[in-house]
Amino acid sequence: MSMPMYVSPEQMMKDKADYARKGIARGRAAIGCTYVDGVLLCAENPSNTLRKVSEIYDRIGFVGVGRYNEFDQLRIAGVRHADFKGYSFSRDDVNARSLANQYAQALGHNFTHEMKPLEIEMLVAEMSEEDGGDQLFHLLYDGTVMDTTSFVVIGGEADAIRERMEGTWSREAGLGPALGSAVDALAGPDRRLVGDDLEVAVLARQNGRRAFRRIEGDDLDGLLA
Amino acid sequence: MTLPIFIPGDDPGPDFVGLLGRMGVGAFDSTLAVDAAQITHGTTVLAIRYSDGVLMAGDRRATSGHLISHRSIQKVFPADRHSGVAIAGAAGPAMEMVRLFQLQLEHYEKVEGSALTLDGKANQLSQMLRTHLPAAMQGLGVVPLFAGYDPRQEEGRLFQFDITGGRYEERDFAAIGSGGLHASTVVKLRHHDGMGSDEVIDVAIEALFQAADEDIATGGPDMVRGIYPVVAQITADGFERLGDDEVAARTGTLLARLGSAS
Repeated sequence: MSMPMYVSPEQMMKDKADYARKGIARGRAAIGCTYVDGVLLCAENPSNTLRKVSEIYDRIGFVGVGRYNEFDQLRIAGVRHADFKGYSFSRDDVNARSLANQYAQALGHNFTHEMKPLEIEMLVAEMSEEDGGDQLFHLLYDGTVMDTTSFVVIGGEADAIRERMEGTWSREAGLGPALGSAVDALAGPDRRLVGDDLEVAVLARQNGRRAFRRIEGDDLDGLLA
Repeated sequence: MTLPIFIPGDDPGPDFVGLLGRMGVGAFDSTLAVDAAQITHGTTVLAIRYSDGVLMAGDRRATSGHLISHRSIQKVFPADRHSGVAIAGAAGPAMEMVRLFQLQLEHYEKVEGSALTLDGKANQLSQMLRTHLPAAMQGLGVVPLFAGYDPRQEEGRLFQFDITGGRYEERDFAAIGSGGLHASTVVKLRHHDGMGSDEVIDVAIEALFQAADEDIATGGPDMVRGIYPVVAQITADGFERLGDDEVAARTGTLLARLGSAS
């Protein structure tokens, strides 16, 4: 009988983390940032049908990067969680913090117990009715959660994009300038991104109960011009 | 409350009612037979097709037997951006059905990434009524009207239902509830092709006024408390409820006209 090869726990975790990071780094990046009217979600995504940016609930948006089937399953679970909670209690009882915690539990459990870690990184954003109250939750493949009120970059080459975004982002920016700095940060100095390369949506305070709106077609081209 | 993740064979897909079942919540639990006089009932609602889309309107009265139980309930609701639902019958189950229907449409739209077609929405409501049939047979009947703007056909469309889930698309108008017969007579006499927005609002307000005049379970305009019918228009721009001020002003014009005629 042959003995199974011994692998130290440290090595095993490191291998899993490397595997997940490699998978995420292969994909294109996305940015979520707050701006004067709420939250802007912007992903580099040449596909018109396979979405990275989605609506979860009245004031909650979602962005996922990495393996599509993996983050899409969690996105749908998030919609179910939110709709069921709103149905059981009140629409005002649904918030991004609780959803981010649920996501963190699921990601953490998967990272520790499954052979293959999830190769995804996600962003859960909540627009607040008051200026300056917007929240962004950044979730990593291993269940780490970070919250911020400025901006989050997820996906490949995130460090370089974060550095570029750092120089241009401002909470007081209107939609046009905010989108401009997000797109410039995603593109970098050597590329130019146009409407067809992007998937853009906002959670804006003037949009009524369901604050999520996609910005597509001529509207998007107009803002990018 | 944990994250609802299902294995592929057990996944409810975009069906919210299916999800409720998996989460251990029965949507409509059957009940014992009830005395209709003890249950709150909502009454007259109508829908009229016109040039820009479709209009829905309803009075504000709820009754229990021959008592008025509420003076200002709402019976016309947005179902989603481009459709609305109006209810007559047992108010409790009807409101719950509307809430579930609204959620079902929104849930489908979010999970699938695109909204249902207008026929798909009407069919969904029909299935909910079918599930509700046992309760309806015990005295908790719910009858809705469903109307919306169909972006594919670029026109307003409206549907009537019965308690068994039967779905009947109407061409021009429909009115249901205890005062529905009187209301639909008024609409029938005044309806014509290509009705404009102003005209259709006035016809709806008059139809509800005449229904209230003949039927004790339908509430008329209440000047003392400032309670007026709910009137909503559904067009390419979406569902929009008229302000109470406008309905009040138009009701005033109507009353002045009726007064001077007599």
